[in-house]
Amino acid sequence: MSVDIDTVKRVARLARIAIDDEDAGRMMGELNAILGFVEQLNEVNIDGVEPMTSVTPMVMKKRADEVTDGNKAADIVANAPASEENFFLVPKVVE
Amino acid sequence: MSELTKLTIAEARGKLRKREITATELTEAYLAAIETANASLNAYVAVTEEKARAMAKASDERLAKGEAGVLEGIPLGIKDLFATEDIHTQACSHILDGFRPRYESTVTANLWADGAVMLGKLNMDEFAMGSSNETSFYGPVINPWRAKGSNKDLVPGGSSGGSATAVASWLCAGATATDTGGSIRQPAAFTGTVGIKPTYGRCSRWGIVAFASSLDQAGPITRDVRDAAIMLKSMASVDAKDTTSVDRPVPDYEAAIGQSIKGMKIGIPKEYRVEGMPEEIEKLWQQGITWMRDAGAEIVDISLPHTKYALPAYYIVAPAEASSNLARYDGVRYGLRVPGRDITDMYEKTRAAGFGREVKRRVMIGTYVLSAGYYDAYYLRAQKVRTLIKKDFEDVFDAGIDTILTPATPSAAFGIADQDMAADPVKMYLNDVFTVTVNMAGLPGIAVPAGLDGKGLPLGLQLIGRPFDEETLFRTAYVIEQAAGRFEPEKWW
Repeated sequence: MSVDIDTVKRVARLARIAIDDEDAGRMMGELNAILGFVEQLNEVNIDGVEPMTSVTPMVMKKRADEVTDGNKAADIVANAPASEENFFLVPKVVE
Repeated sequence: MSELTKLTIAEARGKLRKREITATELTEAYLAAIETANASLNAYVAVTEEKARAMAKASDERLAKGEAGVLEGIPLGIKDLFATEDIHTQACSHILDGFRPRYESTVTANLWADGAVMLGKLNMDEFAMGSSNETSFYGPVINPWRAKGSNKDLVPGGSSGGSATAVASWLCAGATATDTGGSIRQPAAFTGTVGIKPTYGRCSRWGIVAFASSLDQAGPITRDVRDAAIMLKSMASVDAKDTTSVDRPVPDYEAAIGQSIKGMKIGIPKEYRVEGMPEEIEKLWQQGITWMRDAGAEIVDISLPHTKYALPAYYIVAPAEASSNLARYDGVRYGLRVPGRDITDMYEKTRAAGFGREVKRRVMIGTYVLSAGYYDAYYLRAQKVRTLIKKDFEDVFDAGIDTILTPATPSAAFGIADQDMAADPVKMYLNDVFTVTVNMAGLPGIAVPAGLDGKGLPLGLQLIGRPFDEETLFRTAYVIEQAAGRFEPEKWW
């Protein structure tokens, strides 16, 4: 399988990465080189094989459902590019 | 460079305990070495002099009181991927500009609790995506090794290139690193240092910037095998904050060093004899086999039939996980923000400006293979192939193999801005062909220096072990180290 320029632009949109036509053209070549490389996986017989979900056989650890952390609003917004009164500031979302 | 910086961790530990040297002297020696060398080698992206001096002073006080921890007063470098409280933590990406976490990663917290001293944060490929340390926003790291009679700059490998260079050029006693497809073992091999990627789940991933969560593991890069055992013992722990951290006590790895490998079964996988592999790598591998046999081990030819599919499967699984993990860099919560006409435009511009080319490439591949209509053909198939790769290893271990010996990399270190690799991303990816299988199967792997090539550049061998059997790797790697000797670059920087 290979991607065309429209697919590259659609994927960039899904990934929320702005690209111009020149980037899209270059990326199309790079992505197709990688997709060409992974194509060899089609040679493998995967009939009846379970997909890997956990590399170490283990039961997911669970903990008691209780509050263990919190009251750190100032820490949480400390690295925000824009914040006010412990809220993250973003451009207007609803018109 | 002072002789103090040449001490291994074990040697420095002995001298500190006997009060022959102080932690402050040792730390000052490293800070002076960094000051002189960093402009040439670019190993550190942040040097934490004040913190280092304060930690060394506290170590000296504990040493005086006889309360020394196992790494008391040992100066370490920390890969920029580890969160360090209120200190530069940017995964060497532009998008994390100015990020100073309000918390400490479990691995680094373990090291400080044992008395280690932090010298600073080490350069790396952006978000650990790369095999040459050239994708860093802070510029490439230079390998202290050069070919005989040449002054051409070589890469230290990646993504833990800063860690490998700093250890090889005596800018820290040991360094933390991480390995998703070979990022500890390949740079260790390129710089004549020792690097171990432990079993998945051995070191907590809490507070390590996530790349591909099902593959990422932390481990040390050190000057010798014993130091790697000492550091891993301290880095590894059982951590309630990481649900994939495995609930098993951490053994005393150092105790395995010096134990005999007599009667051990060492597997030699025929699939690792790849096309176009230089003669010198094959020779090194044969040399390793001879050393094992001379030490009384039994050499067994084995087959890992799905080896060639590990790298293509990795280039689906790792980008898929990365595209999801890196979705959090949105210009809202931390780091860079580029203004836009609306919120989506802001996201897109921020990510376009903040991510480098290799990161964008991988996020795009990951987004594509997970997108509607392609998930089964790519991602699901790759996860099934991964099951088969793991089964290959299980079969040979079930048949009684104790450890597997392979070359660590298909070549020695190459030049900065290598034209072939710049033109074709897949060429760069092939650097990890011998290491990536280990991540796909979650196994431990160690790279240990084994010789020099015709140009005088270091080459490494890799040992692969059963899950949580790092002790066998240390024991066997030490046999290689004893036979091969240690390798140091000639100082030019």
